[in-house]
Amino acid sequence: MTVTFTRAGFARGFRKALPLWLGMAPFGLLVGLLSDAKGLSFVEAMLMTTLLYAGAAQLLVLELWTDPAPVLAATGAAFLVNLRMAPMGAALAPWLDRLRGWRLWGTLATLVDHSFALSVAEQRAGGRDAGFLLGVGVSLWVAWAAVVAAGYALGSTVRLPPGHPLFFAATAAFLSILVPLWRGARTDLVPWFVAGLVALAAHRAGLPIPLPLLLGTLAGASLGAVLERRRAP
Amino acid sequence: MSLRPDVLLAILGMALVTYAARAGGYAVLRALRPPPFVEAVLRHLPGALFMAYVTPPLVAGGPAAWAGAACVVAVQLRTRNFGLAIVTGVAVVWGLQAMAE
Repeated sequence: MTVTFTRAGFARGFRKALPLWLGMAPFGLLVGLLSDAKGLSFVEAMLMTTLLYAGAAQLLVLELWTDPAPVLAATGAAFLVNLRMAPMGAALAPWLDRLRGWRLWGTLATLVDHSFALSVAEQRAGGRDAGFLLGVGVSLWVAWAAVVAAGYALGSTVRLPPGHPLFFAATAAFLSILVPLWRGARTDLVPWFVAGLVALAAHRAGLPIPLPLLLGTLAGASLGAVLERRRAP
Repeated sequence: MSLRPDVLLAILGMALVTYAARAGGYAVLRALRPPPFVEAVLRHLPGALFMAYVTPPLVAGGPAAWAGAACVVAVQLRTRNFGLAIVTGVAVVWGLQAMAE
């Protein structure tokens, strides 16, 4: 397979991600508000946001934040939440294996759930331009920094109560991403159902935040693999 | 406008392990050439990951969230437009919650 890395691919990825900016808004506002409430300075909040670029990890870490900063607990929690991103790069290997230098290691630095999902869909549709992945990643990085900054700046003036309809935008973003990933009931129905069920059970059992996600993902993905290999001749 | 050393240390620690997860995962899994089963798991990872993401908040969200979710999927199927799907879903949830109050 010939893989390219062009400015046009980057621009297409950047534009493709624009609608997702909306989905990040409530999440980013929340992280910004929480950074302010936990006593982080604006510089500290933005340094964390631009270097980590990982909403779920930031949210979790901010919830356990203390003064002085919990260096080890925060580092450990961030690793646990972001471990889910480790297999994403490997799944995108058909593109990444053809890249070298900053194009490879820089693109990997921008890898997030959304850019991964959009790029997997792009690959399955026959996409050959790895610039797309970096375009989505950079687009959402800009959006993420902007909405967290906005949340911080709004500070105490806007307090969205938990359960505000705007928070549904985060769930809606992931739902709309699931639609192009669906490959048909035969392949996906059972693994997807089990992934949701295990995550829900772990959540109900009161397991701490990253665990329901990790357990559900592992259960669904390994079941999908078992079923797939049993069907294979 | 301050940058305290303990906060900086925590941020750098988190940034380091996050990049390790992003880039190290790729480097390690490529170098080790995963067996076919692991590759099959990776193919099933995205769908399972996002289902595990959305299921707990959806179940907890009640009928308004379920209606919103159905609209998101329907609009996404029809238009393939992420923004429209998200806005429609939020509007439906907002409307239903407002009516319930």
